[in-house]
Amino acid sequence: MTDQSAIRNPQSAIQVAFTLNGSPISAEIDLTDRLLDTLRYRLGLTGTKEGCGEGECGACTVYLDGLPVNSCLVPTYQVRGRRVETVESLPPARLDPLLTHGATQCGACTPGVAMTSCWIIDHPELLATHAVRELLAGNLCRCTGYDGILDGIAAAMQARP
Amino acid sequence: MRRQPPPVYSLIVHRLEGLAKLTGREQYVDDLPLEGFLWGATVRSPAPRGRVTAIRFDPAIDWSQFTVVDHRDIPGPNVIALIESDQPVLAPGYVRHVHEAVLLLAHPDRAVLRRAAAAVRIEVAPEPAVTDFRVVPRPDQIQYGADNVLKHLHISKGDVERALAGAPIVVEGVYETGAQEHVYLEPQGMIATLEGDVLVVRGSMQCPYYILKALRYALGRDETRLRVIQTPTGGGFGGKEEYPSTIALHAALLALKSGKPVKIVYDRGEDMAATTKRHPSLVRHRTGVTPDGRLLAQDIAVVMDGGAYVTLSPVVLSRGIIHAAGPYACDHVRIDGRAMFTNAVPFGAFRGFGAPQTHFANERHMDRIAARLGLDPAELRRRNLLRDEESTATGQVIRDGADRRAVLEQALSLADYDAKRSAHLRFNASSATTRRGIGVATFHHGAGFTGSGEAMLASRLAVAGLADGSIEIRSANIEMGQGTLTVFTALAAERLGIEPSAVRIAAADTARVPNSGPTVASRTAMVVGRLVERACDDLRRRLDLASSTEGDVRTAIRSWYETHPGAELVGEATYEPPPGVVWDDARYRGDAYGTFGWGAYVAEVEVDLRTYETRVIDFVAVQDVGKVLHEVLARGQVQGGVAQAIGWALLEDCRWKDGAMANAQLTNYLIPTSDDLPRIRVAFLETPYAYGAQGAKGLGELPMDGPAPAIVNAVAAATGADPCVIPLTPERLMTIADFGLRNAESKGQGTGS
Repeated sequence: MTDQSAIRNPQSAIQVAFTLNGSPISAEIDLTDRLLDTLRYRLGLTGTKEGCGEGECGACTVYLDGLPVNSCLVPTYQVRGRRVETVESLPPARLDPLLTHGATQCGACTPGVAMTSCWIIDHPELLATHAVRELLAGNLCRCTGYDGILDGIAAAMQARP
Repeated sequence: MRRQPPPVYSLIVHRLEGLAKLTGREQYVDDLPLEGFLWGATVRSPAPRGRVTAIRFDPAIDWSQFTVVDHRDIPGPNVIALIESDQPVLAPGYVRHVHEAVLLLAHPDRAVLRRAAAAVRIEVAPEPAVTDFRVVPRPDQIQYGADNVLKHLHISKGDVERALAGAPIVVEGVYETGAQEHVYLEPQGMIATLEGDVLVVRGSMQCPYYILKALRYALGRDETRLRVIQTPTGGGFGGKEEYPSTIALHAALLALKSGKPVKIVYDRGEDMAATTKRHPSLVRHRTGVTPDGRLLAQDIAVVMDGGAYVTLSPVVLSRGIIHAAGPYACDHVRIDGRAMFTNAVPFGAFRGFGAPQTHFANERHMDRIAARLGLDPAELRRRNLLRDEESTATGQVIRDGADRRAVLEQALSLADYDAKRSAHLRFNASSATTRRGIGVATFHHGAGFTGSGEAMLASRLAVAGLADGSIEIRSANIEMGQGTLTVFTALAAERLGIEPSAVRIAAADTARVPNSGPTVASRTAMVVGRLVERACDDLRRRLDLASSTEGDVRTAIRSWYETHPGAELVGEATYEPPPGVVWDDARYRGDAYGTFGWGAYVAEVEVDLRTYETRVIDFVAVQDVGKVLHEVLARGQVQGGVAQAIGWALLEDCRWKDGAMANAQLTNYLIPTSDDLPRIRVAFLETPYAYGAQGAKGLGELPMDGPAPAIVNAVAAATGADPCVIPLTPERLMTIADFGLRNAESKGQGTGS
């Protein structure tokens, strides 16, 4: 994409360093780039999906300093010096209960669902004040009716020591 | 004969591609590596109807950097080939709906492309548009035939006029349903690439061969220079049945003109605004009944909004009217159906395909009849449900051995229906702000194409034995979340007595797989799954193992290759209609489907009298869809379908401006979240169907049919209101009912039915 720099304002290109899935990384980005685009189109991590581009569906959920966020709403320059984890960082074995209980169908919402589910599983203390249905409500799924996801989360939480 | 096979889910416990999806490794169309490509964009009509008088390009932009395509660049006829030839690929100087594609642009930088697309101005000299399908058009609004009727269909059984005249009680009703957006989570996308002389189109789709047909026609290229390959498809629900042909053609035209690969991926806003939705409907019922609730005559008129082009409206209307009288025995039925032209973005295939609309009307109407007669709505259904040897509206005699009353009884029992009804009366009398109610719907869904559709499709499928002793299923039916890969693999493994790991499914690539038909109409497991079994049997025959399951198929395949060097071992199957299925398309009489799935759903709701919000607090879905092939997948289909239908019933409100969606974003078009739904409790009765894979019937669409009427019936029971329009948003419930304040004031002296 050679003619891109000619059309874009070269002043707005900046270098951003952050920690991605445990490793330091540096990328040249445009000031207007969304973290979602940086991950997908610049760094080739296509596991993170775009479902709506306005923070409604949660398909692009990543962890920013350990908290789930919609990467379509995060300008990439804001992650400078911070810690980003994507679905590619999840160990497959952790996802077994979700697989077993039918948490994925078409799979387009699934990476985001997997990220939020693992985050809920890692924070059982939240269940003292919140229902899992409430914690999962930022991830839209059009296939499962959510029961398969909820069952998978419940099984995973039960299996925790 | 064969031994009794073990259940399939004992062979394959988990969705085959499930882990790839959970880990983000599954590559959808926008995830595929692609070098040196252009992004494509569509410039669309701003007006619902009129002549394009000018297309103005902002002089501040250097347009020489862009590939620009309009209707003059189309090599063949400017038509998206489907049922009729009325829809252009790109509007040729005249537009019939807002967002109609007029111009295509391509550029390497997506952001630059978006700005450029916004800088093209299409000017239209407006002409009178039709934006309400319920109103008879004025002469200056006529744009299709003599009356804007895209399709008119009629079903007649017995003598309705005489039966109505003699009926002691006649109940009337008018019911309306709104449009619904699919909201598959992966938006539409397509990549077109020239590989030598072959134009290859990859993308998110349900029907590779529909796209092949559309490309062949409009591009004037024969099949040897065309290839369509499905990429993992992130949901379809019908939304990727016919629309992908349009986007495939657009990407192809840009690729042909630029000589470079072109990728078009819609963002959510464009996807919601420009693609098809469920047909809005208006249904009138006039029903003659006896005082004890026996149906004497059903007179039904169905009108659907087709939008600006025919697309699939004739067949959606067809399925709609065939289901309009419900799963009930009645000797005198008349159903009149019309699909109307309007200047709206064309409506199209959506899970259920017309049946959810007519079932909503009929099942609401059954409750209205029950209220008139003072009967329990469940009892009214019990008295009228079809028995074997009775016939549907088209005269199709049902004799599948399924017990429709048993389906209903199990649903009532699981939902604790009788106890809940009494409990709600007490609850409603004691609560100032909340009303509870329970509602039922009984319904059916024809599996596979309507009428002679399956025979005309003549689907073909192949199962190849490979030299290493594994097998490959070659089918055009795709995975979009419903479980095709898992079910086909299990069916073949079981049929051949081999491990599932020895079964591969070929990519749905028109250069490699025969046309096993579209992935629609709840046909994949039942019809195409049966072809998988029969192609496996053919493979066995070619191996001379036909009479035995004991033979080691994998060893036999390897030996075959030793004795047939250079040859390929392929088992084949072509669709054969079940014996005795007869359909008269001219008179709309006979066996509309090979078989039906049967459902009884019960919804319990809570209505807040202060906010008019309805919450579904319990949902029971019982169905007989023949043999259940995979328990987790089947349950997931039902739960997902019910959730989607709850959205249609209560939340999903398409707002219109000039025939286009005004709320084309997920911020203000609301689909159910996990927090909006109850657990959806699912049970199956399994009466095997002799002509479906392992006895399976179609399943995917049935769950869309029952929830809306069950829920609205529950709201009626809770509040005493008589809502007849969905989505039943709080705003709509408020406008039809002042019951809230009245009931709150009188502390439950209200009208719980």
